[in-house]
Amino acid sequence: MTNIRRSMLFIPGNNPGMLQSADVFDSDSVIFDLEDSVAIDEKASARILVKELFSSIEMSCERIVRINPYDTPFYASDIEAMRQLDIDMILLPKASVESIKDLDQKLIKTNINIMVLIETALGVEQVFEILNASKRCKGLMLGGEDLCVDLNCIRTKKGDELLYARYRVVNASKALSKFAIDTPYTDTFDEEGLKNDTLFSKSIGFDGKASINPRQVHCINEIFNPTLDEINHAKRVLEAKEMALKEGKGVFSLDGKMVDLPIIKRAEKVIELALKLGLMKGTS
Amino acid sequence: MKLLKPSKAGTYESNDIYIMLFPNDDEIRIELESIVLETYGKQIKKVMMDTLNDHNIENVLVKAIDKGALDYTIRARVITAINRGVSND
Amino acid sequence: MMTIFGYKKNYQMYDPKKKYTDKHIRKHSKNNGSNDKYRKSIEDLLDELELKNGMTISFHHHLRNGDYILNRLMKEIAKRNIKDIRIFASSIFPCHEPLVEYIESGVVTQIIAAFISGPVAKTISQGKMEKVAIMHTHGGRARLVESGEVDIDVAFIAAPTCDKMGNITGSCGKSACGSLGYAVTDAHFAKCSVAITDHYVEHLGSVFIEGKYIDYIVEMESIGDSKGIVSGTTQITKNPIGLKIARLTSDVIYHSGYFKNGFSFQTGAGGTSLAVSYYVKQLMMKEKIKGSFASGGITGYLVDMLKDGLFEQLYDVQCFDLEAISSLRDNKNHIPISASKYANINDKCIINDLDFVILGATEIDLDFNVNVTTSSIGEIMGGSGGHSDTAYGANVTIIVSQLFNARIPVIKDKVLCKTTPGETVDVLVTERGIAVNPKRNDLIERFKKTNLPLKTINELKQISDSLVGIPDKIQFDEKIVGVVEYRDGSVIDFIHKKL
Repeated sequence: MTNIRRSMLFIPGNNPGMLQSADVFDSDSVIFDLEDSVAIDEKASARILVKELFSSIEMSCERIVRINPYDTPFYASDIEAMRQLDIDMILLPKASVESIKDLDQKLIKTNINIMVLIETALGVEQVFEILNASKRCKGLMLGGEDLCVDLNCIRTKKGDELLYARYRVVNASKALSKFAIDTPYTDTFDEEGLKNDTLFSKSIGFDGKASINPRQVHCINEIFNPTLDEINHAKRVLEAKEMALKEGKGVFSLDGKMVDLPIIKRAEKVIELALKLGLMKGTS
Repeated sequence: MKLLKPSKAGTYESNDIYIMLFPNDDEIRIELESIVLETYGKQIKKVMMDTLNDHNIENVLVKAIDKGALDYTIRARVITAINRGVSND
Repeated sequence: MMTIFGYKKNYQMYDPKKKYTDKHIRKHSKNNGSNDKYRKSIEDLLDELELKNGMTISFHHHLRNGDYILNRLMKEIAKRNIKDIRIFASSIFPCHEPLVEYIESGVVTQIIAAFISGPVAKTISQGKMEKVAIMHTHGGRARLVESGEVDIDVAFIAAPTCDKMGNITGSCGKSACGSLGYAVTDAHFAKCSVAITDHYVEHLGSVFIEGKYIDYIVEMESIGDSKGIVSGTTQITKNPIGLKIARLTSDVIYHSGYFKNGFSFQTGAGGTSLAVSYYVKQLMMKEKIKGSFASGGITGYLVDMLKDGLFEQLYDVQCFDLEAISSLRDNKNHIPISASKYANINDKCIINDLDFVILGATEIDLDFNVNVTTSSIGEIMGGSGGHSDTAYGANVTIIVSQLFNARIPVIKDKVLCKTTPGETVDVLVTERGIAVNPKRNDLIERFKKTNLPLKTINELKQISDSLVGIPDKIQFDEKIVGVVEYRDGSVIDFIHKKL
């Protein structure tokens, strides 16, 4: 698995038609959902279906399963079933320090990582501690819908109500070198809104964005892709660096601006991403 | 294991299969309706039979309405129906 | 050469290296001096016509699944004890179920059509029709008529509006259906042409079929059910897999080398095809590319593109929705064309100028042959329509399909019925990858330089097989129930009775 997570697509866990095609929508990661998209009476049914799916069909994307929350009767059975499977991560909803520690324990002797869903007010305040509570924990997703319920505010398209949480979770995850995925944009017909919301996510440091409909994936990927300008600039930075090395210069500049280590690091990251995504074709 | 009561699993959605299990006198009987009966009927029955055998279920009548489910779905729905039919709650 | 009951003895088998074009185009000659064309009722008309056993009568399908005419006429003809009728209809739909009874009783012994679906198709597949069904293409139909190979005794033409002279338009009237492309050739060449209308007017200005070709006019309360004639607004698919395929298809178009100013385009009215139009439109606006024409069955989607100046012309052989009908009436660049002008191999036809055509498939095989005539279990459920015509004419023929749906795979080792030959098919687009016909090395080379998910068709089949498994073989009887005629009149395949 690469560590590219521009998009994470939720797929309902009890829908065979969607499950078997989960990896055709170009989403870097797919979240097979046992929680909100599955009716209470069908929890076991979905768990068995997802288990059989992974036992027989290979997926070309990162495979994440969202289990039911710690305080529900389904939590333990979900983990018990998932720990036998070849999956990459478990997404823990309504994560708290207590629940992530418990999950970490239950995943002993597996290679399964953890990703936390930060969707309570307490979760936002404790996000650093939660992320830091388990070595298995590789990153987080912000859950805007539930958080707004907890905050007792209305979830708007503009999303001012989430500003604090967004900045805070990004900062906490970057402080611990973990990834951060932004909450999904819930109006699946509003492409312009999705675009703006995703541009904002990228601008404040999120690594990717969740989506609740396959239609959204393309737009999200495009936005998180390095742009042609970014790629070309990065190439020039690295070329200039090579030149400087040959000429034995420690410090060098490009277009009149001094190029220092952060710029070089950033350029290397852009090129690495572009290479992995096959975006180098057609660049100058 | 013995099926204690009738049970069902699955849906009528495309790519899914609806499975009903009924206690039957010591033999497995399968009644299958499928949109791909001609091309996959045998395979679907085989998957159901194998799944029942894996769970040591012998006394059932299976009625299934298939909307083009793949093998993993057929297996999952049969297992779910078995779990529901062998417990008393 | 195998002899087939109800089919000509001197037929030619399809050969990709040969094209059989007919040399003898029959000239129109018509005995049409009378100004008194109006008949009080269908009964009166049929009393006057010399109906006889073994005659050929024709119908067109612009009223689609809302057509009342075919059933009504057959009911009257059956009453008169006429037998052995050959029905030459451009298409047969589920609404024509009453035909089943006439097929079983021998009133109807043969059907010749470009598309047959519903109960009639099932009856034919069961081997219940006396003679073999002949399944031609839309262009092939015009060729059959013009060459005199099919001699129409009476053409019954559903006329949404008709005037006293017999001038016909499809643009207005309560059963308006727009273009009458498939009826034009019938009217021109039939020994006798009858307009059947539910909107009889004094005088028509703009006409699709001129009165000089019409011998009789009859009124009927209603010629069709408007709900079956057109859909309201055709919608692009919401199915995410269909959208993915449509987006990939627009990428294929973009990178094909033919996407430039003046390009031409045809696509069907299915949800995925419409989605292709949607993405192509985005692409045209983004890249500032303007096309020359779009053709075939026209939808509101293409009408919008015409209005936006993205295409200069629409060549319309059939309207699929209300937007298309009103545009055909009001926009001079939205042009009705006959099936002959559309796709006849002996005509200078539009499809030869096509750059792209987007088509569906029930099955496609490793040689890129496509089946749209039978279902995946070998029962008749469609037909070429314009499929093999446009595949032949277009520079880039793209088949769009889900790799499988509801455990029905699209790629087979060999199609059960060959509708469109593989040498005229260029690209297959599925949700799990794109396969290019190896003979189109030019496209392969272009696509290799892009991010398109290129695979061979064998690789795609392996993916499909691993997910759905290999289907059991379908069993057929020896009896032939249908002949599939390629657009040049050669036989490209036979349809066998189902066991």
